[in-house]
Amino acid sequence: MYAFQYRKASSLKEAGELLVKDADAKPMSGGMTLLPTIKARLAQPTQLIDISGLSELSGIEVKGGELIIGAATRHQQVASSKVVRDALPALADLAAHIADPQVRNRGTLGGSVANNDPAADYPAAVLGLNAKIITNKREIAADDFFQGMFATALEAGELIVRIAFPLPKKAAYAKFPHPASGYAMAGVFIAQTAAGVRVAVTGAGSGVFRWSDAEAALMKSMDPTALAKLTVATDDLNEDIHGTREYRAQLVKVMAGRAAATIAGKN
Amino acid sequence: MAKIKMTVNGKQCTGEVEDRVLLVNFLRDSLNLTGTHVGCDTSQCGACTVHVDGRAVKSCTMLAVQADGADVVTIEGMAKNGKLHPVQQAFTECHALQCGFCTPGMIMTVAALLKDNPHPTDDEIVHGLEGNMCRCTGYLNIVKAVKQAAGLQHK
Repeated sequence: MYAFQYRKASSLKEAGELLVKDADAKPMSGGMTLLPTIKARLAQPTQLIDISGLSELSGIEVKGGELIIGAATRHQQVASSKVVRDALPALADLAAHIADPQVRNRGTLGGSVANNDPAADYPAAVLGLNAKIITNKREIAADDFFQGMFATALEAGELIVRIAFPLPKKAAYAKFPHPASGYAMAGVFIAQTAAGVRVAVTGAGSGVFRWSDAEAALMKSMDPTALAKLTVATDDLNEDIHGTREYRAQLVKVMAGRAAATIAGKN
Repeated sequence: MAKIKMTVNGKQCTGEVEDRVLLVNFLRDSLNLTGTHVGCDTSQCGACTVHVDGRAVKSCTMLAVQADGADVVTIEGMAKNGKLHPVQQAFTECHALQCGFCTPGMIMTVAALLKDNPHPTDDEIVHGLEGNMCRCTGYLNIVKAVKQAAGLQHK
């Protein structure tokens, strides 16, 4: 691992300033992606600014029809929180199936969303629920936040403070994990709200995306059979030794069917 | 360089480390606690699992400086007064190891799992061991040992 300086930020303001001052400094929360990346010498930050202990980034509450979770909340805390389980069980369930227990004890919501790994689970929930990403500078709608593989709307020195998930009528997440890595080969989050249905897909493409044909079909009937005649366009899907584009398209359809079945109470 | 201080297996420990030193290297190289193993070094295999403030973590994917002020427990801290921890005892009795390389990490993960969930189902045990790999046993005896440790075997 290349050498770097580690610094524990004492406030959100200080963290933002340190990051603006040094373009090669990186914020670190759980470090579950960043540290392996640095160890593999795929990144060479000058400084790691540890933001995991900041009180501004903690807390879980339901307020005004939204579930609001601090960015430094660990996956294990989301998975086991009674507030999350009661308000948005699909999100607790999603968090309980990220990686493995040791990683869930360190990795954080904000870290995962800011990193925007194309196979991460949280981006599917954020986009599917049309969540608001609240940073130290502004509020960003999920539709504007994710900009393809590892790219987001975040600017230099901009840090996610919390994420506000509007509470749906019902929601469910189904994923097909890669048998070795546990990352989603395809993961589908479906949210049924007063405004309609949103379907967000992770793992299958170069970044999280909405499947609009499935949204229209499930709006008419929240039932796996509603997806039977649909196909997922394969042009932008991933293809590698683990699966072809066509295989991933089929996985997306099957996972969407499973999530729809859960919402319909047919599992 | 950073000066760090942490409680390891109940004892106050101090050290001076480079910022990039991993917790596992601090434990093994500075404190000579070599029971914690480095298997894959890429946070897949779980051989390096230790407890930090009561939670199981992979010490190859945490900096020593991040554990400054923390309460750390390693495999060396599990047996008390010459008596094995119940999870160690169950692993011994159920033949839950062959080469033993993954065992320290397995024990630490299982101890943490049983603290959160004292009576896990088979599914919960298997799901709970997803971050630990064993290349010898095929896991069957490990699951058996977890059940024995949980006192489920005789129910």
